[in-house]
Amino acid sequence: MPIPLSYSYRNLLARRLTTLLTAGGMGLVVFVFAAALMLTEGLRQTLVATGSFDNAIVLRAGSETEVQSVLDRTQAGIISSQPEVAQGPDGPLVASEAIVLINLPKRSTGSPTNVMIRGVQPASFLLRREVKLAQGRWFRPGSNELVAGNLVARRFAGAGLGETLRFAMRTWRLVGIMDAGNTGFSSEIWGDVEQLLQAFRRSGFSDVIMRLKNPAAFPELQVRLEADPRLPVQVRREVEFYEAQSKRLADFIKVLGMVLTSIFGLGAVLGAMVTMYAQVGARIGEIGTLRALGFPRRDILLAFLVEAALLGLAGWAIGLIPASLLNFYTLSTLNWSSFAEITFRFRLTPGIILQSLAFGVGMGLLGGLLPSLKAARLPLLEALRAQ
Amino acid sequence: MLKLTWRNTLRHPLRSGLTIAGMALAVLAFCLLRTLVAAWYSGVAASSPVRLVTRNAISLVYSLPLAYQSKIAAVSGIINLAYGNWFGGIYIDEKNFFPTFALSLAKYLEIYPEFIIPPDQKIELLKDRRGCAAGRQLAGRYGWRLGDSIVMKGNIYPGEYRFILRAIYRGRDPTTDENRFFFHWDYLNETMKKNFPARADQVGWFLSQVATPELAAPVAGKIDALFKNSLAETLTETEAAFNLGFVAMTESLLLAIKVVSWLVIGVILILLANTMAMSARERTGEYAILRTMGYRPWHLAELILGESLVLAAMGGLMGVALTFPMVHFFKTRLGKYFRVFPLTNTTLALGLIIALAVGVLAAILPAWRASRVGVAQALRRLG
Repeated sequence: MPIPLSYSYRNLLARRLTTLLTAGGMGLVVFVFAAALMLTEGLRQTLVATGSFDNAIVLRAGSETEVQSVLDRTQAGIISSQPEVAQGPDGPLVASEAIVLINLPKRSTGSPTNVMIRGVQPASFLLRREVKLAQGRWFRPGSNELVAGNLVARRFAGAGLGETLRFAMRTWRLVGIMDAGNTGFSSEIWGDVEQLLQAFRRSGFSDVIMRLKNPAAFPELQVRLEADPRLPVQVRREVEFYEAQSKRLADFIKVLGMVLTSIFGLGAVLGAMVTMYAQVGARIGEIGTLRALGFPRRDILLAFLVEAALLGLAGWAIGLIPASLLNFYTLSTLNWSSFAEITFRFRLTPGIILQSLAFGVGMGLLGGLLPSLKAARLPLLEALRAQ
Repeated sequence: MLKLTWRNTLRHPLRSGLTIAGMALAVLAFCLLRTLVAAWYSGVAASSPVRLVTRNAISLVYSLPLAYQSKIAAVSGIINLAYGNWFGGIYIDEKNFFPTFALSLAKYLEIYPEFIIPPDQKIELLKDRRGCAAGRQLAGRYGWRLGDSIVMKGNIYPGEYRFILRAIYRGRDPTTDENRFFFHWDYLNETMKKNFPARADQVGWFLSQVATPELAAPVAGKIDALFKNSLAETLTETEAAFNLGFVAMTESLLLAIKVVSWLVIGVILILLANTMAMSARERTGEYAILRTMGYRPWHLAELILGESLVLAAMGGLMGVALTFPMVHFFKTRLGKYFRVFPLTNTTLALGLIIALAVGVLAAILPAWRASRVGVAQALRRLG
C-alpha cells in the first residue's frame, strides 16, 4: 500500500506560512506566464476574427499591409469583375476600399496615435458580417459623414457620436457608432470611399475585398489574378492576411514573455527547492519511521513528489485566478505591421489553462525532485536515530 | 555578533545557495526589464533639442511636397535643413528587419554629428549616387564590408534597389542607433519619377536645425503657420516630442512590462521571506538560549536582519553580474525590435538597492516573531 495522499497535503497544511509563501511565489510566475500567453492569443484572435474565410483580399504585389497598397481604378475594375465573386441582394459582393491613417489624440492622455479610416462601398457592409450599427445611423453616400467603431469612439477625442473631426481640409461629422464585436473593425472609422479619396487627392484605391461564391475556388482565382500581366497584385484569403498582420507584435510579446517566465520560473523552482529541502530536513525522523513501518524508498519518493506537485498546483490556482480576471481587460497599442492602433482583450483559452497547469505543476516537481530523492535515499538507521 | 550572523548564513549552505541563486535571477530579470523600458525610450533620449521634425499633420504616413523646402529654409532661426523618407525595404527576407531611410545625405550628416563616418568614406558616400551607409552593428550582423553590393526590395516604393556600401558609421553616444541603413534620397526620387511620376518629389519629413534650443518653439510655430489651410498642413515638433509620439503609441505594452518588473520584486521578496521564516523557526530554541544568556530581543532581530541582508546582497551582486551577458543575448535575439539596449549604472544600482530593501523587508516578520517568543515556552520546545 502506498503512503496515503493525505500525508502529503496535511504536511503542506501543517506549515501554512511556508506553503503559502512558496505557492505565492509560483503563483506570480504562473500569472506572468498566463498573461503573456493570453495577450498573444487575444491579439491573434482579434485579427483572425477580423478576416472571413470566404473573403479574398487583393493588394498590390509586395505590400504587406492595406496602407501600403495602391490599385488604380482600371485594376480595381478588372479585379471586381471576376466570375468567382458571389452575388448579393443588390449586386456583386465586392468592394474597392481605401485606407488612410490619421493622427487622433486619445481622450485619456491627449497623446496622439494613428487611427485607421476605411473608405468603403455599399458592399463593404455585407462583406463584414460582424459589423453592425450600434447607435445613430450609417453615413450618407457622398457626404462628409463618418461612422466610428465603438472602441475608437470611446477612446479618441472627436470620434464620439455627434462630434466632428477636422482633416484633409474638411470637417467630418460622426453620425453613427458601429459595433464590430471582437474584430479589428471596432478600431476603425468608416466613411464613403469616394469622399475620402477626393479629400486626400488620391486617385487609386488601396485594395479590393470580395466574397467568393465558393471558398474552394480561391486557388484558381489567385493563380489567374496573379498571372494577369495587367495586374501587379497579390491575392490572399482575408483570414490569412489578418493573421499575418498579428505576427510581428505577437511574436514580440511571446518571445519576451517566455524569456521572462523562464527566468522567473527558475527563481520559483529554487524557491520550491528551498521549501522542500526544509520539509525533508525537518522530517528525517518521520521518514525513518515510515521506512521502519515497511514503506519502500519508492513510496517515500512519491509522497514527497506529490507534495511538491500539490505545491505547484496551489501556485497555479493562486496565479490563474487573477490572470483570469484579466480576461475582462482590454489593451490597445500600435500594431507595428499596420502602423495603426489596435484594441484587443486578454483571452483565456482552455489551452492556456492547461499549459499554465503543466507549467505550475512542472515547476513544483522540478523543485521537489532533488529533495525527494534525498528523502528516499536516507539510510534507515541514521534517519531513525535523528528522532 | 557578526561572526554568529555569518555562521548562521553558512549553516545551510544548500538553502542559502538556492536562495541567493533565486535572488540573483530575480534581480537579473528586474535589470533586464528596466533596460527594456529604457530601450523603448532610447529614441527620445538620443534626440537633440535643436532639431525639429516637420511632418504632414494628418499622419506620418502622408508625405509633404519637396517644394516646401525653400519656404521652410527661409524661416529665420533655421540654420540647416534636410529631408528624408522612410524607405522600409526588405533585405532578402521580411525577417531581416532594420530601419531604412532615404535622406538628403550631405545635409543630414551635418545635422547629425552623432553618426561618425571616417572622412574618406564620407567623400565616397556623397560621390556615389547608389552609395549607402550602414551602422556598425548592422554591418556586423550581415557581414557587410565596404564596397559590397546590397539589393533591397521596396514595399512602400515598389521595385528593386541596388546599393553599394560606401560607409559604415559608428555612434558618438551609447544611445546612438548603430543599426540604421541610409542612402541618397535622389536615388529613390529618380526611381519614383521613372515608375510612379505622381509619387515623385514627395518628402516624408523635413528635419531642421535651429541655432539655439530656445528658438525651437517659435520656429515650429512659424513653419506650421506657413502651410496652414494648404493641402498638406504640417506639424512641427522637436525631435524628442516626435520620438515620444512613437513611444506613446505603444505605452500600454510598456505599462505591462513595468508592472511585471514590479511583480518580480514580489517573487524575490516571497522567496527570501520564506527562507528567513524557515531558518528563524528552526532556531527558536537557540534564540531562547541566547535570551537566557542575556541577549536582548533586538539582538535577535539584528541577527536575523543581518543574515537576510547578507543573502540579499550576495543575490543582488550575482544578479547584477549576470545582467551583462544576458543583455548581450537580448541584443542579438531581439535586435530587430530594439536597436539599442542601453544598460545604465542607475539600473544596476537600483537592482542592488531593491535587493537590499527586500532583504530588510523579508527579515521583518521573522525578526518580530523571534523577538516576541517567550523564553520559557521556547526552551520547553527545545527540551
